[in-house]
Amino acid sequence: MHRAALFGTILLAFPLVGCDLLTPGAPADHDVLAGTIEGMTPSQVRQHLAGDAEFGRVFTVADGLGPIFVAASCEQCHAGDGKGHPVFNLRRFGRPGTSAFDPMIEFGGPQLQHRAIPGYPPEEVPVEATGVSGFTPPAVTGLGFLDAVEDQTLIDLADPSDEDGDGISGRLQLHEPSELIETVLELERRGTPDPEARGRRVGGRYIGRFGKKGLTVNLLHQTVGAYHQDMGVTSDLLPEDLFNPSAGARASDDAPDPEVTSAAVGNVVFYLKTLKAPARRDASDPEVVAGEALFEDIGCTGCHVPTLTTGASEIEVLDRVTFHPYTDLLLHDMGPGLDDGYTEGRASTSEWRTPPLWGIGLAQEFQGGQGFFMHDGRATSLAEAIEVHGGEGRAARDAFIALSPEERSRLIRFLESL
Amino acid sequence: MTRLVPVALLLSLPAVVGAQADSTLAQEGVYDRPFIGSVSSTSIGGYVEGNTNYFVEDGVTEGFSMELRRFNVFLFSQVSQRVRFLSELEFEHGTEEIALETALIDFQIAPSLVLRGGIILPPLGYLNQNHDSPRWDFVERPLVTTGIIPSTLSEVGFGVYGKFVTRGLVLSYDAYLTNGLGDAVVGNELGRTNIPSGKGEELFAEDNNGSPAFSGRLAARQPSRGEIGVSYYGGYYNSFRVEGEEVDRRRWLEILALDAGGTVGPAEVRAEIARAAIAIPPGMSEIFGDRQWGGYLDVLVPVWRPGLLGYADAVVTAGLRLERVDYNVGTFSSTGGDIGDEVTAIVPGVSLRPTSGTVFRINYRYHWTTDMQGNEPAKRAGFQLGFATYF
Repeated sequence: MHRAALFGTILLAFPLVGCDLLTPGAPADHDVLAGTIEGMTPSQVRQHLAGDAEFGRVFTVADGLGPIFVAASCEQCHAGDGKGHPVFNLRRFGRPGTSAFDPMIEFGGPQLQHRAIPGYPPEEVPVEATGVSGFTPPAVTGLGFLDAVEDQTLIDLADPSDEDGDGISGRLQLHEPSELIETVLELERRGTPDPEARGRRVGGRYIGRFGKKGLTVNLLHQTVGAYHQDMGVTSDLLPEDLFNPSAGARASDDAPDPEVTSAAVGNVVFYLKTLKAPARRDASDPEVVAGEALFEDIGCTGCHVPTLTTGASEIEVLDRVTFHPYTDLLLHDMGPGLDDGYTEGRASTSEWRTPPLWGIGLAQEFQGGQGFFMHDGRATSLAEAIEVHGGEGRAARDAFIALSPEERSRLIRFLESL
Repeated sequence: MTRLVPVALLLSLPAVVGAQADSTLAQEGVYDRPFIGSVSSTSIGGYVEGNTNYFVEDGVTEGFSMELRRFNVFLFSQVSQRVRFLSELEFEHGTEEIALETALIDFQIAPSLVLRGGIILPPLGYLNQNHDSPRWDFVERPLVTTGIIPSTLSEVGFGVYGKFVTRGLVLSYDAYLTNGLGDAVVGNELGRTNIPSGKGEELFAEDNNGSPAFSGRLAARQPSRGEIGVSYYGGYYNSFRVEGEEVDRRRWLEILALDAGGTVGPAEVRAEIARAAIAIPPGMSEIFGDRQWGGYLDVLVPVWRPGLLGYADAVVTAGLRLERVDYNVGTFSSTGGDIGDEVTAIVPGVSLRPTSGTVFRINYRYHWTTDMQGNEPAKRAGFQLGFATYF
């Protein structure tokens, strides 16, 4: 009897004693991209978590997925909030028009939705398209900082005529006013401490800052666009469903619109705004420090601007904060090698918005262990990514190639530390 | 004399349920329940199962939680000499899910030929017809039996089963036609091919495509060693026909399973492996897998017979389960890399059975979940304490 009691006691005590020893610990903060900005209030954390749940929500056919789509949830493309896998690459297509680039709306352009709900035909790139570009999903971490940068900062960084003579111009992406753009900017201005600092017109147009070519003006614009174009999910701001023109005009799914509530969209935007900035690893390692100096010496910082500062923000942790994204959010000509013949807004087909480099050292952790870099994932190493730079990046690329193997290694170590 | 026949039939059923490795045919699982052996015509019984969980995933925990996972009520009736009825009403997670899991009628022409109809349990693998929690020494059902074989799979249909005895072997067969699974195998809330999502209450009333699914199992049992079975389930799952018009291509789903269980030295061993092939709409390929497989191996060794509190047959058993499922077999066409979406788990545990129909169990579970992209697996581990008993 005593043996039995002893046995039972040991058995029941085992889980209590073993909880910490036998359960997996959390990865180091600098090894993950998910997480909140430090210093948020409990209510902000609660809203962030609500947005996190929406970000992970898988849309079903009954929920309104599709009828044509690329992914069934935000998280499928942005696993772990990191850079996405090429299986979720967006494909966009178009052709030169008479006065501007033709996004081929009548063919279902500019974005291809190559997946479809059962019984509905997925889209195919029309043979008439002359330009097709793949867009690998970017990391979404730290986006709130980029969103909170004032328009004036971007205007000041732009150097379209290369007046400083460094061979790097940098142009603002500018969009003609539209009902959607003006609505998302107006909604953003509400509650913002300095409403005049965002949504400024430059030559009567609005500045685009998110997307490979700066297609969207803020995170709300980006979010409703992604719901619509990537998942086929309608919202209050984009209430009309996608359809495949080959299935018949306006032939769509059976789910009532809007298929996602404005509250859910708001929570996702808040989630994106309050994801932490990627943390550095080994930043003080001498090799990394030396690599950072080389990064600046060979001219990479001409586009990949290390430091920016946010403007006034209603979210305290984003209010006038200095951060290090390694981007200027401007368009740059990247040469014929990166010209896919496709474009958006006023960008030329060879112009791309400088992608932030923060978090790039963790990219492959979210891409199945293999890195896929550049806008379409064509480069499988950081060195290869540098080597495909052209146009305004050509001088820096040539300088990188001219470095000794040890110096190149240091520069790569620095990038891996971001 | 006629009155004695039902009693004789009942006496021929196993009167006492065994532990995880049973001593009866898998085919007889639905009648291998203790409440049946104690009555002459109609009886009520069931089982209850509850447990507590404490899990940590990559350092994050929701803390302890407790659940009354299942409360199932059986009703059995020996309607007449050759007709018997069995039903099972399940309350899962309290009253969150209530389902009529079984409601079948058997008409026995001979032991080698029994007609069965109603809400049946298709004979796919071992667990589906032997899913009662008190039979099992682990808290969770094996992943392959819930993620690929969608246990508990109950469908409306009819068919035949029977057994033969020859040269010391008991050979059994089962063959049924049922309404089959539905459209949500794809386009479901998991964002991947998920066969269990194809189950639906509406399929108890009407087939979604007018084309029945077939399920069948062949098994051989040597009483002193154990049983081995091979089973198959196949059918169109999508609503390809509406109002008599074909509106989509017919998409076939099939599952092939192999199960084995028996005694090896001091150990009771059970294993199942299943492979599924699913026709996927062309617009959903890669992220919705067209092939899946999974399997588990349970090894149980009685380590102590303590004679607790007057239970002379009480036994403490140590067990180990190894399991793995791959929900999307294949490679990405864009990169050539392997598609992930896999779970691997190891589950050591200890159980105490004061009697054969009651089990207290404690499990430590560690599993690795790889996402579709094949990223570093999420690690989840924790403890489960649970109980289950027939009543």
